[in-house]
Amino acid sequence: MKLQKNRMSRSVTTGIVIILLIVVISIMASCNDNGGATGSESTTADTAGVSNDAMAIAEARGLTPDDIAAALKTYTPSGVHDEYIMFASGGHGGQVYVIGMPSMRIIKQIAVFTPEPWQGYGYGAEGTMEVLAGGNVGESDLTWGDTHHPALSETDGDYDGQFLFINDKANGRVAVIDLKDFETKQLVKNPIALGDHGGTFVVPDTEWVIEGGQYGAPLGWEYASLDDYNEAYRGMITFWKFDREAGRIDTDASFAIELPPYWQDLCDAGKLASDGWVFCNSFNTERATGGVEDGNPPFEAGASQNDMDFLHVIDKNKAIEVAAAGKTMDVQGFPVISLQTAIDEGLLYFVPEPKSPHGVDVTPDGKFLTISGKLDPHVSIYSFQKIQDAIAAGSFEYDDYGVPIIAFDDAVEAQVEVGLGPLHTQYDDKGYAYTSLFLEPAVARWTLGGDFSDLHEEEDWTLVTKTPVQYNVGHIAAAEGDTVSPDGRFLVSMNKWAIDRFANVGPLLPQNFQLLDIGEGGANMPVLYDLPIPDGEPHYAQIIKADKLSPWEVYPEVGWNPHTNSVDPNVVQLGEERVERNGNEVEIWMTAVRSHFTPEHVEIKQGDHVIWHITNVERAYDATHGFSIPYYNINLSIEPGEATTFEFDATEDGVFSYYCTEFCSALHLEMTGYMLIEPSE
Amino acid sequence: MSAIKKIIGPRVPENMTAEDKKLFNVPTILFGVAAILLVISIFLPYWEMELQAPQYPKGLHITAYANRLTGDVAEIDGLNHYIGMSPLDEAAQFEKSVSVLAIAALSLLILAAIFVHTKWVVLLVLPTILMPLMFLADLQFWLWKFGTNLDPTAPLSSAIKPFVPSVLGSGLIAQFKTIAMPGLGLYLAIIASIVSVVGLYFHRKAYKPLVESGQ
Repeated sequence: MKLQKNRMSRSVTTGIVIILLIVVISIMASCNDNGGATGSESTTADTAGVSNDAMAIAEARGLTPDDIAAALKTYTPSGVHDEYIMFASGGHGGQVYVIGMPSMRIIKQIAVFTPEPWQGYGYGAEGTMEVLAGGNVGESDLTWGDTHHPALSETDGDYDGQFLFINDKANGRVAVIDLKDFETKQLVKNPIALGDHGGTFVVPDTEWVIEGGQYGAPLGWEYASLDDYNEAYRGMITFWKFDREAGRIDTDASFAIELPPYWQDLCDAGKLASDGWVFCNSFNTERATGGVEDGNPPFEAGASQNDMDFLHVIDKNKAIEVAAAGKTMDVQGFPVISLQTAIDEGLLYFVPEPKSPHGVDVTPDGKFLTISGKLDPHVSIYSFQKIQDAIAAGSFEYDDYGVPIIAFDDAVEAQVEVGLGPLHTQYDDKGYAYTSLFLEPAVARWTLGGDFSDLHEEEDWTLVTKTPVQYNVGHIAAAEGDTVSPDGRFLVSMNKWAIDRFANVGPLLPQNFQLLDIGEGGANMPVLYDLPIPDGEPHYAQIIKADKLSPWEVYPEVGWNPHTNSVDPNVVQLGEERVERNGNEVEIWMTAVRSHFTPEHVEIKQGDHVIWHITNVERAYDATHGFSIPYYNINLSIEPGEATTFEFDATEDGVFSYYCTEFCSALHLEMTGYMLIEPSE
Repeated sequence: MSAIKKIIGPRVPENMTAEDKKLFNVPTILFGVAAILLVISIFLPYWEMELQAPQYPKGLHITAYANRLTGDVAEIDGLNHYIGMSPLDEAAQFEKSVSVLAIAALSLLILAAIFVHTKWVVLLVLPTILMPLMFLADLQFWLWKFGTNLDPTAPLSSAIKPFVPSVLGSGLIAQFKTIAMPGLGLYLAIIASIVSVVGLYFHRKAYKPLVESGQ
């Protein structure tokens, strides 16, 4: 009996052990399967039809060793990401280009001032309509802009990858783009000037976004005869307060300073040593009013008579205090520090600068400013310390409006003859500065002095080399080249009109972005690549290290409203779709998910007012749905998680197929529905 | 009284050397360890499936805990609607609702086993030993049920025939390669199972002579 028991329990134990062994073995087998699967792919080098030898390919294509080097420096294989991202103005296309570097691949266009259908920007979606309306001037609905100078938000004078600002020269507006979703969130219209130019520039911690003016005009969009130019016309600089938390410009906390009616041009904010100060240059200090048709000198001549124009030196911190103390006048409800107050409070000083300058660029340490007079072959370098010393010494001359003028010799540190038509300057990490030469056209490399002296082998303040560019260079942008710590790897020359660089596509020429390698010091600074830009004159760009950007892959929650940065009250979850009628108002709550809209039938009566909410309930990275309705000019882009709303009056009866405009899945064509508008009689 | 005594068996004599007591401590420790592993496993994934397809460079993942599914469930449900598969959360609703209590009960049973010194201890330990297998069997049942009950009106019903995904290992559904593997929780349960078997062995070694001498 005992024996039997023992045998039984032994056999039970054995059985259990066997079962467990089977489990363990089968698990181990499944794990081995995985390992085998991941390591199974192999690639073979085979360049179909052509010899394997890279040199033979180069020979067949007529490539020189320099071409091969350029190709090796720029070629970025499929699936490999670029090291830098450039944000470039699209000129009077009114948009911003996002370009990867060094591959120079255009990755995206961000709709800013101009409606853009792919992004559903300005075709019904309420949030985008409100953004665009924010940029309207009075009663005028504007549908374009002349984007000029993008500015990335900064922390401690270095790009932080959070926001991008850009101005519209034509209409005097500033846009705020959130780099969490690369979408424009706000347009603000300058309340005192119709146009601008010297924007956008941010101070080192982005508390303020600077918008400088351009063509003198009566403040507040008023009328005055040109005969009264000296008395009634004015220049301006506007300080927009940026609320980083809200991701919006706070117009109520912003202010402007009235300036003499010189044409303020470009500005830059001081940093490190010069933090707290802002610099703008100007031209037409002659105050020419043109009128070539009446026998007057045309502007181009009248505005180019004086040998010197005025660099504006503005004490930003003191200006903020003065504005906060309420020592302002009211122009269209906007606080403006009058020119007299600016003089009395010591906010504004002038330094003569070589005629008709176009760029003022603060060095990475904030100690020097580089000014280029486009009609003078030199760059002039001013010392911030010398300017401060001259202000402290207090021996000034004064312009016609009583603004104190510091003597040129008291402020200038050095002048470097760089070539014809110097415009804009950028910096690197090797003690060099780079200046675009519009007339030559070329990019010049020259040495900085001061603390930069030890970084390069050449003599301070001398020209090192020039690289010809094709053609008509305007701005240049170096990698992080206007921050406190430039990267010194690449520089892009933004050339207007490509002329012979690409196939002839008719009389209107594309622009040409040329990539230059500035990684080596000395005389070597080769052009690597040409990128045609099929859009307006690009003006400025900024280049950020790609790893500083951390955009969302999808919106954080289902029902996200990108314009309120929160879940929309009209979010529609799956199963909550409905249509409600209230008198003549029909309200629709719809979901979009691969591959159907719910509801698929929407019945409306002619004359109804329709309010339509759609939520894309997807959480997948690439599951964007479009939504379009014919005739009513509705076209939306609803990205994963996004909730959007549009409204229209059902004026026309008929049968309207709405459908998803993105190729969202294999059943994309079936992602459609009928909107039936019954005739009213 | 005597019936209970018969089941729980004799107590360990007080007058033993420390060396001899060690023999009785071994099964106690092993059963204790098994109980603790089971409780920990409640908080860890039991089963994971990865779906690989060119459109999903990062893959899609489902993670099954004893009582819930997490991961790209919504996305996988979204894909499954094309082939007419029911939403994953509708699977094993009863099992998910009782699983935490059930695992806790297993732990209590195996703790009780420490105090039962007869052959009846097998009944207390057996559920823990079989638990990993039962989990996998149940999961395979649900995979079979879901894979073979496809809505015939679904968009891709003619392209995808009913199929039975494998509970462990890899498979292929349309362009998706599927890889199913045990999670850390299941590994703990398996270890608990093995430890329990070893515990039974030492239990028998320690208490059998005691039971026999008592009789």
